[in-house]
Amino acid sequence: MKKIIFSFTLFAILVSCNSGGKKTASDDKKVSLTSAGATFPMPFYNLAFKKYGEKTGTYINYGGIGSGGGIRSLRDKVVDFGASDAFLSDKELSEMPSEVIHIPTCMGAVVIAYNLPGVDNLKMTPELLEKIFMGAITQWNDSKIKAVNSGLNLPDIRITVVYRSDGSGTTNIFSDYMSKVSSQWKEKIGVGKSLNWPVGIGAKGNPGVAGTISQSVGSVGYIGSEYAFSQKIQYVRVQNSSGNYINPDIKTVSLAAKGQIASDTRTMVTNSTDPDAYPISGFTWIILYKEQSYNGRSFAQAESIVKFLEWLIGPDAQAIAESVNYASLPPEVSALAMHILRTVTFDGKPVLN
Amino acid sequence: MVSDKLTKAILLSSSLIVLIISAGIVFSLAGGSIPAFKEFGFKFIFTNEWNPTEGHEIYGALPFITGTLITSILSLIICIPLAFSTSLFTAEYFRNTKASGIISSLVDLLAGIPSIVYGLWGFYTLRPLIINLGLSDQGFGIFTSSIILAIMILPYATSMSTEIITMVPEELKEAAYSLGATRLEVIFNVIIPNARSGIIASYVLALGRAIGETMAVTMLIGNSNTVPSGLFAPGNTMASIIANQFGEASGLKLSSLIAIGLLLFAITGIVNSIGKFIIKKLV
Repeated sequence: MKKIIFSFTLFAILVSCNSGGKKTASDDKKVSLTSAGATFPMPFYNLAFKKYGEKTGTYINYGGIGSGGGIRSLRDKVVDFGASDAFLSDKELSEMPSEVIHIPTCMGAVVIAYNLPGVDNLKMTPELLEKIFMGAITQWNDSKIKAVNSGLNLPDIRITVVYRSDGSGTTNIFSDYMSKVSSQWKEKIGVGKSLNWPVGIGAKGNPGVAGTISQSVGSVGYIGSEYAFSQKIQYVRVQNSSGNYINPDIKTVSLAAKGQIASDTRTMVTNSTDPDAYPISGFTWIILYKEQSYNGRSFAQAESIVKFLEWLIGPDAQAIAESVNYASLPPEVSALAMHILRTVTFDGKPVLN
Repeated sequence: MVSDKLTKAILLSSSLIVLIISAGIVFSLAGGSIPAFKEFGFKFIFTNEWNPTEGHEIYGALPFITGTLITSILSLIICIPLAFSTSLFTAEYFRNTKASGIISSLVDLLAGIPSIVYGLWGFYTLRPLIINLGLSDQGFGIFTSSIILAIMILPYATSMSTEIITMVPEELKEAAYSLGATRLEVIFNVIIPNARSGIIASYVLALGRAIGETMAVTMLIGNSNTVPSGLFAPGNTMASIIANQFGEASGLKLSSLIAIGLLLFAITGIVNSIGKFIIKKLV
């Protein structure tokens, strides 16, 4: 009996401690913001958010719960801003309680990784990608692969396709590109964060796909560039729309954003027309409400969000992005993002002057 | 007595909490899966297609139901001989010896290993073994996952049946020995009939654990959303598809995943009731 009473008292003490802790946190002068969404930009956000907190005292939490979760959290107004690798469709925008704006924060790419010991500098055309990922080519020494890679000694090994088993912005960018370059893909598989794959094996997350590829000779799959660049992994050069074989790196990815970007930045920049751009590239966005006066929020909160985003698309934060293997926003896109940021209002008045 | 009343109140409220939690689970699962069942009807359970592409959306739970049932039953089949021999070893043959103490604590230790570690071991050690044996091309699939599951559920199946076998009255065994029975005869004619229901209950518990296991299975089953074409073919399970796709799901897909959760809940319930039924029949 004594034990029960003791544990109850202990429980009560613990509970009161917890609520006490919360109180001091909210009383604190430091501003703290909450955000959640895509896992793709997480290494960048974690580092940038931490540096910004140290610099300004504005601390931002980020939950990597996936783009879909980021959109849901913003819709339910449980975060100050969300993050997504895929822009909101017109339908999704219309389902939000009020107008939502997109701020691109950095760029990434999808690289085609493979495991063939002794085979370096593999090249692929969009047609080869279509045939391999749809199961039409099943051997590495297929004449069609040989035709593109004339100097290479390709082994007689079965091809194992590895894809993302979880819903992912990486899959979205890859399938968007494939649908642009292959009518067969567009018709049979389509675009989405997860797909109905005709062949292959699914693995969870970039680490899962990369791990499976590095452990399985003869496998090929697609991986987010931010992960691939930080690992020792072989990846192919992909032929872009100008016919050049491009090695993915932060420069060739950044070039993909040259060209027509919609005024609200909701553009997929895959299959870029720039002759030196890597074709499977894309933006990642932060999404927030244009009118920041909701749910009894203060002007100070709105101001701290906008100021932070202004910093995030500026040169300091973009340098951080490059240090963790993301491509920075080209100047034109930064300017466009800045322009959008100026449209954020609080009670109808612009937050930034 | 005040303390008596207090104890009673605490016991009542904690059992009520269990009841409320299960009712809450069923309620929210059922509510969330309404759109999926409205769209697909009961065909949802028997459709062998999972196509999340916009415009072609079709969701069916059959690949995952078969994947879950095959892997968990196969793992139980692999597990039972091991679990049964181990529990006989520690509870009867080498009862109260150092060896049995060491073995039973090692078995209990297996239960404490995180499932991600089992998954990684399967990925880096078991999978290459299966490839080298020439059983499958890439080593992913139903069979690999079942072996890992069998090891994972071994402690659940073993610990409880060991306890039950230990509880068989000494007098009964001695009586059998005095009649000239051999050890094997004692095991099959005294111990097993007495401990039968408890042993089966421990296997049902282990099966329930196999049905719900997620992480290790996701890493090894290949995550291909079709009904597996063979023992060494890739497939997927109900828990694994939920873990994989819930994060980015919305709309009809989200509802279909919740519906799979409801079916998983129902299957676990059915398995447990079958277990209870068997126990009742045998007692």
